[in-house]
Amino acid sequence: MYNNSLNKSLKTSRLSRFCGVLTLSLTLLLNGGQVNAQDSAAAAGGGPAAATPAPASGGGDVEKGKGLFNNNCAQCHAVTDEVVVGPGLKGVRQRTPGEDWLYKWIRNSSSLIAAGDAYGVQVFNKYNKIQMSNFPNLTDDDIKSILDYIDSAGAPAAAAVGGEGQAQDRGGAGASAENGGGSPSNLFTLVLVALLVVMLLVLGVLLVIVTILSKAVQTTGTTGEGGVATASLGERLRKGLSNTINNPTIRSIVVWLFVLVVAKEVVDGAFSVGIQQGYAPKQPIQYSHKLHAGQYQIDCNYCHTGVNKGKSATIPAANICMNCHGVIKKESPEIQKIYTAIEENRPIEWIRVHNLPDLAYFNHAQHVNVGNIQCQTCHGEIEKMEVVEQRSSLTMGWCIDCHRKTEVNTKDNAYYDKLVALHAKETKEPLKVANIGGLECSKCHY
Amino acid sequence: MENTTKRYWKGVEELRNDPQFVKNANTEFNNATTQEDLLGDNPQRRDFLKAMGFGMAAVSLAACEAPVRKAIPYLNKPEFTFPSISDYYASTFTEGGDYAAVLVETREGRPIKIEGNPASSISRGGTTARVQASVLSLYDVDKLKGPKRGEADIDWATADREIINQLNTVAGRGGAIRIVTGTILSPSTKAVVADFVAKFPTARHIMYDANSSFGIVQANQTSFGQAVIPSYRFDQAQTIVSIGADFLGTWVAPLEFARPYAETRKVGANKKDMSRHYQFETVMSMTGSNADYRGTYKPSQEGLVVAALYNKVAAKLGGSSIGGVSAVEVQYLDKAAADLAASRGRSLVVCGSNDPNVQVVVNALNSLLGSYGTTIDLGTPLNYRQGNDQQMNAFINEAKSGAAQAVLFFGANPVYDHPRGAELAEALPKIALSVSFADRAEETASLCKYITPAPHYLECWGDAEPKRGFFSISQPAITHIFKTRQFQSSLLTWAGRPNDFQAYLKNFWRANYYPQASGFASFDAFWIQTLNDGVFEPNKGAAAASGASFNAAALAPAGSAIAQRYRPTSNIELALYESVGVGTGAMANNPWLQELPDPVTKACWDNYAMVSQKTASEKGWEQDDLISISVDGKAAIEVPVLVQPGQADNTVGVAIGYGREKAGRAAAGVGKNAYPLASIVNGNLSMVAVNAKVEGASGKREIAQTQTHETVMGRRAVLQEATLAAYKKDKLAGRYIPKVETSEGPVDATDITLWHGYGKPNHSWGMVIDLNSCIGCGACVVGCNSENNIQVVGRDEVIMRREMHWMRIDRYYSSDGEEGDYKALEVASANPEVTFMPMLCQHCSNAPCETVCPVLATTHSTEGLNQMTYNRCIGTRYCANNCPYKVRRFNWFKYFDNDNFDYHFNNDLGKMVINPDVTVRSRGVIEKCSFCVQRIQEGKLNAKKERRRLLPDEVQTACAQACPTNAIVFGDMNNPESTISKVLASELESRAFHVLEEINVRPQISYLTKIRNKDEEPKQKSVQESQA
Repeated sequence: MYNNSLNKSLKTSRLSRFCGVLTLSLTLLLNGGQVNAQDSAAAAGGGPAAATPAPASGGGDVEKGKGLFNNNCAQCHAVTDEVVVGPGLKGVRQRTPGEDWLYKWIRNSSSLIAAGDAYGVQVFNKYNKIQMSNFPNLTDDDIKSILDYIDSAGAPAAAAVGGEGQAQDRGGAGASAENGGGSPSNLFTLVLVALLVVMLLVLGVLLVIVTILSKAVQTTGTTGEGGVATASLGERLRKGLSNTINNPTIRSIVVWLFVLVVAKEVVDGAFSVGIQQGYAPKQPIQYSHKLHAGQYQIDCNYCHTGVNKGKSATIPAANICMNCHGVIKKESPEIQKIYTAIEENRPIEWIRVHNLPDLAYFNHAQHVNVGNIQCQTCHGEIEKMEVVEQRSSLTMGWCIDCHRKTEVNTKDNAYYDKLVALHAKETKEPLKVANIGGLECSKCHY
Repeated sequence: MENTTKRYWKGVEELRNDPQFVKNANTEFNNATTQEDLLGDNPQRRDFLKAMGFGMAAVSLAACEAPVRKAIPYLNKPEFTFPSISDYYASTFTEGGDYAAVLVETREGRPIKIEGNPASSISRGGTTARVQASVLSLYDVDKLKGPKRGEADIDWATADREIINQLNTVAGRGGAIRIVTGTILSPSTKAVVADFVAKFPTARHIMYDANSSFGIVQANQTSFGQAVIPSYRFDQAQTIVSIGADFLGTWVAPLEFARPYAETRKVGANKKDMSRHYQFETVMSMTGSNADYRGTYKPSQEGLVVAALYNKVAAKLGGSSIGGVSAVEVQYLDKAAADLAASRGRSLVVCGSNDPNVQVVVNALNSLLGSYGTTIDLGTPLNYRQGNDQQMNAFINEAKSGAAQAVLFFGANPVYDHPRGAELAEALPKIALSVSFADRAEETASLCKYITPAPHYLECWGDAEPKRGFFSISQPAITHIFKTRQFQSSLLTWAGRPNDFQAYLKNFWRANYYPQASGFASFDAFWIQTLNDGVFEPNKGAAAASGASFNAAALAPAGSAIAQRYRPTSNIELALYESVGVGTGAMANNPWLQELPDPVTKACWDNYAMVSQKTASEKGWEQDDLISISVDGKAAIEVPVLVQPGQADNTVGVAIGYGREKAGRAAAGVGKNAYPLASIVNGNLSMVAVNAKVEGASGKREIAQTQTHETVMGRRAVLQEATLAAYKKDKLAGRYIPKVETSEGPVDATDITLWHGYGKPNHSWGMVIDLNSCIGCGACVVGCNSENNIQVVGRDEVIMRREMHWMRIDRYYSSDGEEGDYKALEVASANPEVTFMPMLCQHCSNAPCETVCPVLATTHSTEGLNQMTYNRCIGTRYCANNCPYKVRRFNWFKYFDNDNFDYHFNNDLGKMVINPDVTVRSRGVIEKCSFCVQRIQEGKLNAKKERRRLLPDEVQTACAQACPTNAIVFGDMNNPESTISKVLASELESRAFHVLEEINVRPQISYLTKIRNKDEEPKQKSVQESQA
């Protein structure tokens, strides 16, 4: 009996140890897998976004009009019939007194109203007497292209929707890949817990089976000569086991494996020190990029005005918020916070999400303006984020990797002409950032 | 830090046999270590382990959780300002009478750098060390935060009420009100003062200069009936003779004079002529260091030297001579007279004396030489020094007698910087109302009843007229940091007028200057344009007023006065001089200026007594020995001796501007105040004392010098020079072209190499430094400090040779030693030739530093830059050891947030001066000149954003931009249109050389040989040496 119970407990302990090792290695695997998955997801996410050219349709004017519309008009107007703040603009050319009237109206609507223009006053009154911003800088051509865009956007609506759907799909895939890869998200924890539960169940079943079997063996043993067999089996098992334990080779293999696994964990841990990937702090105002950049498709440039100009993309000043929120959703408690800030003359203290160390110099204009890199390449699908989180690792390896892979945007940029010519003389390979000194230390450290 | 390694580093205790040292000599472990500080009185192993455990836990915890950082945007962003993009505002630097038209670089509303304004035809884009450093004074934490009554803080309303009441009381009883200021360059400020005087008729405005040029004004009154300082046109001069005038460093308008002077000194393929510069002086000044011929005299001979020079020239050109003056023996005086006479009409004599009689003789001499109308222009007088010594002297008498019942001080600190400061200090508390506009409770202000602080010039509206018909505007580049108010607004308030000085200024310009402008639709258009340009110069390009007629009757009395006053003595005589960096001491609390080595002595953080080697040996003084100097029984000052080649024998030179007691933390304890040693002679300030009592005192004070070797010891691979005569014959004169012997005969050292070199396909950044136009002023050094966040280390660390300046100006004296006699070559001549050589990272293409770095922290770029990556550096200092030019600096300490280095990096206000584009280096890393890579990157990015190539000369380093003489040319050597390419195209086979060419490191910096306008051949023959 004693033997048996010892045997059993030995078995169980072995089992549990096995399970432990299994869990450990599984975790490791998953962990490693996570890193890989994330990198590939980032690459996948970056690739198409960067490579996708602007859909060419309808000629240059419509394109230009789209840009102008998104930057200037989209905050208050839709291209459809939908009323946002001002009227939906579908068919605006047909229903207004004429294109010349529209030019005047867009540049300075208040003067038209003041002059008592009949249609103008009617529209003004219809839409709650909200003053439309003046756009004195728009030329006739600009306005014409905006109108062209509105017309074209109204007509092939179906195609546009289709395109959007595709984009959505692609985005969805990217997102799910990323979630599957799992930044340390809830899902990941859930999967782990589920695995553990399953394993515990398996363990329990195994134990039950073992107990039943040994009971069965015992019964047969008492009835006949099976007892010898049992004893010898137990003996054999024990012997084999102690042999295994006493075998120096196996012992040292186990010890070394353990040391290596621990060392790897420590090294991995050390490398992740200071990396805040997935950092998504709660902001003082619950601003949603998903709503503004995603649903309303407000151009990033509209708020982040410095992104094409300087090092900092700039977090918008409250006066930019007020361009729209002077009229829209004034009563929302979150927007009230902006009002309070303005009233108290106290700037809003946002929490910085993307923190580069001081020793690294990064310039947005270089990447966005000159390099024509999409915001999403580094920031992830910001238009789907309710709360902004740091999607990329922002490590030097990540920077360098991109500099190695990315082609220089030399198109129509005379600065690069000499470099392109020199590079073309040497090789037929495309000109990568790394080829023009993009890996040199003092490009980023000074 | 004080009591740790430092003490043992030098082993002085051992030398001195300190009792403390003897006591501890046999104990293996000294108890007094840092552990005590760390763990309390009785450190134990367990405590140590605990501390270590806690420390490690804390570190790892801190590492895991990154601190939350805020991003705070503008609440209401100004339309054309973007974070991280610099805005430039044209403004005007004025301090005392010093002037520079400047551009202020601001980031997010805070000024971070001062550049010269190229639109100004006076400063022409140049700056001085003080102009560059002025931005740091804006963020001086020792400034007052608001108005004060005595020690108590008050608000402006209270101050105004009380001061107006008292002014009315004083004025009501007819008591004298005195407004004492330094030179005021601003015409509108003078109008404000006039308004104030109109309100209080008993008020009078008194201007004085700490280092006065009143003698020149008086002499011009006597000679020409015009009480002015004329313009000097150095660019027109063929022969320049200066008698005691440090016109490149401190005399009248060094910034205005430097560029035209340097232009006459530049030579090249198409210009083989240069001006000849004679300097006669007592102390070795920066200007004297640049002279072709230099003679010395004792202060008691100054008048005699001028008279003798006049007599010699008069003998040649036929003028009446001055009789009765003692003979004087000064080297090169005859030669100077001959050259002056020979280049009549293109000669210029300037003199630093403040004695009107001496200046009258100088005027006579210039008149004889036909300088008026050519090299001197009486029609466009200079306004830099408007101080009136006699009025100031009279004011101190009034203050003592009680006649002055109210006194206002603005830009003036007479208690400190006037020889009679002590008398004034005694009288001030008795004056009914005394108000100072000083920004800190300095020597004078702390004795005043009220301090109503005026803001820094970068916070002010204002204007300036440094020269008649040349106007310049100041506009604020930042809102008021503290509760300060402009001097002008305060005066207007007290005079009961609207106190908006900006409106006042605009109206003043509308009334006075707008009528002189043409081509503007409205005043507003003119005003905007002026604010944009910073300057308005209706007199620009005007021809010099034709020759003025010298009042011949003035000469004889001046001559006899000179004969009476100047008699040779056998005493040790004292000459006070203004230092190029610290100046008159008004900006003494500026650590950049304090740490800037003097151009000639290379000493910083102190003033000292300069004596010649001969005098030092005779008196038994050695370098660093303290000596005591007193004049007329006034309190003696004790300063250390500095043996200075070129100093007149039997004289002592001491700098004014030091010994500020109440300027703030940086200036505290730095040097001794020498102003009390000056005196008033016949109502004029005199900076010399012929009857000084100079004797040895006990003790030593080590002088912090950044360069202690004096000569280049015949190393012609470092310094290459020639005379103009030799250069005219051979454009390679003075060049040293090293050869290497090979089996195929001697070849150029640069032909043999181990290295493959780096390609520079796109840009090749390089620099050319013209040793002929570098005057050694140090503007570049301070400019570099400002641009690159270079740490200030303080006196003790400089003594340890741990200064952090990326750029230094090596100063070399000539030696009388024979070639090969290295002992003798080490000793500088008694009156040496001096060469300044700016030395910075040479950005070697075969850089020795790069090959020895074990962690690849220093690498080469494809644009010819030698890059330094601080975050990779582990501080082995191999690179610094392997650098042939010794330009790499090691951070021995964390210099920021460290109470042991209590300069601007130790407080939040001071840190506002930091350039956000440059990393602040921490302890344990090497740093060095980066060729302002942040500017290169910015320039390239701007070009890329505009989809164009870089323009030639678009990118400038801070040093090249700061240089007042264009001695430093920076640019892309791959761009044939750039200035540097053009210079090199003509000089590459001529004057351009690399320092230490024989080691074949192929620097990106070339130097142009120093050419001296001398007749004879130099002692060392130009030979081509070979090396095995």
